[in-house]
Amino acid sequence: MLPFSKSSAQGKRVIPGTPVFDGDSAQNGYALNAMCYSFNSQANRDKFVADEEAYMTAYNLTEAQKDMVRARDVLAMVNGGGNVYYLAKLAGILGLNVQDLGALQTGMELDAFKQSLLDQGTTERSVAA
Amino acid sequence: MSTICGGVFTSHVPGIGNAIAKGLQQDPYWKPFFDGFDPVHEFLEREKPDVAVVFYNDHGLNFFLDKMPTFAIGAAPEYRHEDEGWGIAFQRPYEGHPDLSWHIIEEVVESEFDPVTCQSMLVDHAVAVPFELCWPGKGAFPIKLIPIAINTVQHPLPSPKRCYNLGQAVGRAISTWEGDEKVVIFGTGGLSHQLEGARAGHLNPDYDRFCLKNLAPDPEALLQHSSLDIVELAGSQGVEIINWIAARGALTGSVRELASNYHIPISNTAAATVLLENSETVRA
Repeated sequence: MLPFSKSSAQGKRVIPGTPVFDGDSAQNGYALNAMCYSFNSQANRDKFVADEEAYMTAYNLTEAQKDMVRARDVLAMVNGGGNVYYLAKLAGILGLNVQDLGALQTGMELDAFKQSLLDQGTTERSVAA
Repeated sequence: MSTICGGVFTSHVPGIGNAIAKGLQQDPYWKPFFDGFDPVHEFLEREKPDVAVVFYNDHGLNFFLDKMPTFAIGAAPEYRHEDEGWGIAFQRPYEGHPDLSWHIIEEVVESEFDPVTCQSMLVDHAVAVPFELCWPGKGAFPIKLIPIAINTVQHPLPSPKRCYNLGQAVGRAISTWEGDEKVVIFGTGGLSHQLEGARAGHLNPDYDRFCLKNLAPDPEALLQHSSLDIVELAGSQGVEIINWIAARGALTGSVRELASNYHIPISNTAAATVLLENSETVRA
């Protein structure tokens, strides 16, 4: 179909624009992801909103991770080992959905990001007789 | 002997659950997706299956990265959905079928798979959204659930071939179950989409159409790619197609497509719903 991507010097496959959440990411992002996992609970979301700094400290975020959260820098969080499934729970607190995240990471305006998806719009349906 | 009447394959985007919660099924944005379920509703009404075996992936409700199973099989008397971080919790419980769960576990381990077994388990939108789509309303679900979770979150992921073979083992297990239950198989997730990175928003209709075209007649065509190949083709979350591949593996009889609906976009996703009928293989 397509020519596939090449490996990096470390022997890892590099897919352009696509962070692969592997063992290295899982280790680097563990504290950040653990904090985000706690946001399944409304009580924990409320605690974070009430005092972000204390909450981040309680989950042992590194100073670098705290800075990413303070700056709402989603791309940095992803590249620093944040997994998008967990980050989505943090994004919800910040009032962002996955389309907002898409716009933030691609550097597009939200409307332009949405339009780029609508531009590929199609409906293809078949029902057997 | 229990039988498998067919397979339901569908996207499970959380936004669909949000649309259901807000009653947006007839909204112009959502209607082309929801309309794809008319043939599924007719099929389920006609067949009235007793058990749904659902291949899906957990997105951080039941499993965290402290313990991340490659394959996990539910064996609970009841499952529940809960708030996943955005405030929607579907209230209807899912009745389990522990005896059949344990039979499946026995049989797949005999087939040299090594699943984690879960006697207590929450199910996330990847089960909840398909159930809401298939059986809308407020009443109790008329079907029991056996959830089978596949890791699509943390690489290395299982290969598509391994998932297909797991599905085949589950299909064999159901065929040797002594009960007379009628079973429907679910595969949820996909199709192409990517939420993270500079390529967020990536879709690949060519790859999606390749999957849709081959799912019923030639599912082994989907096994030519590795999981990382699929990440590259279909996006980081498009790799959820391995749930479909596992589910297709469980349909071990004669398989025919009854309906297919492919719609772009639902949120950041190329969404699809496919209904396959599974008949007993004719013997000489």
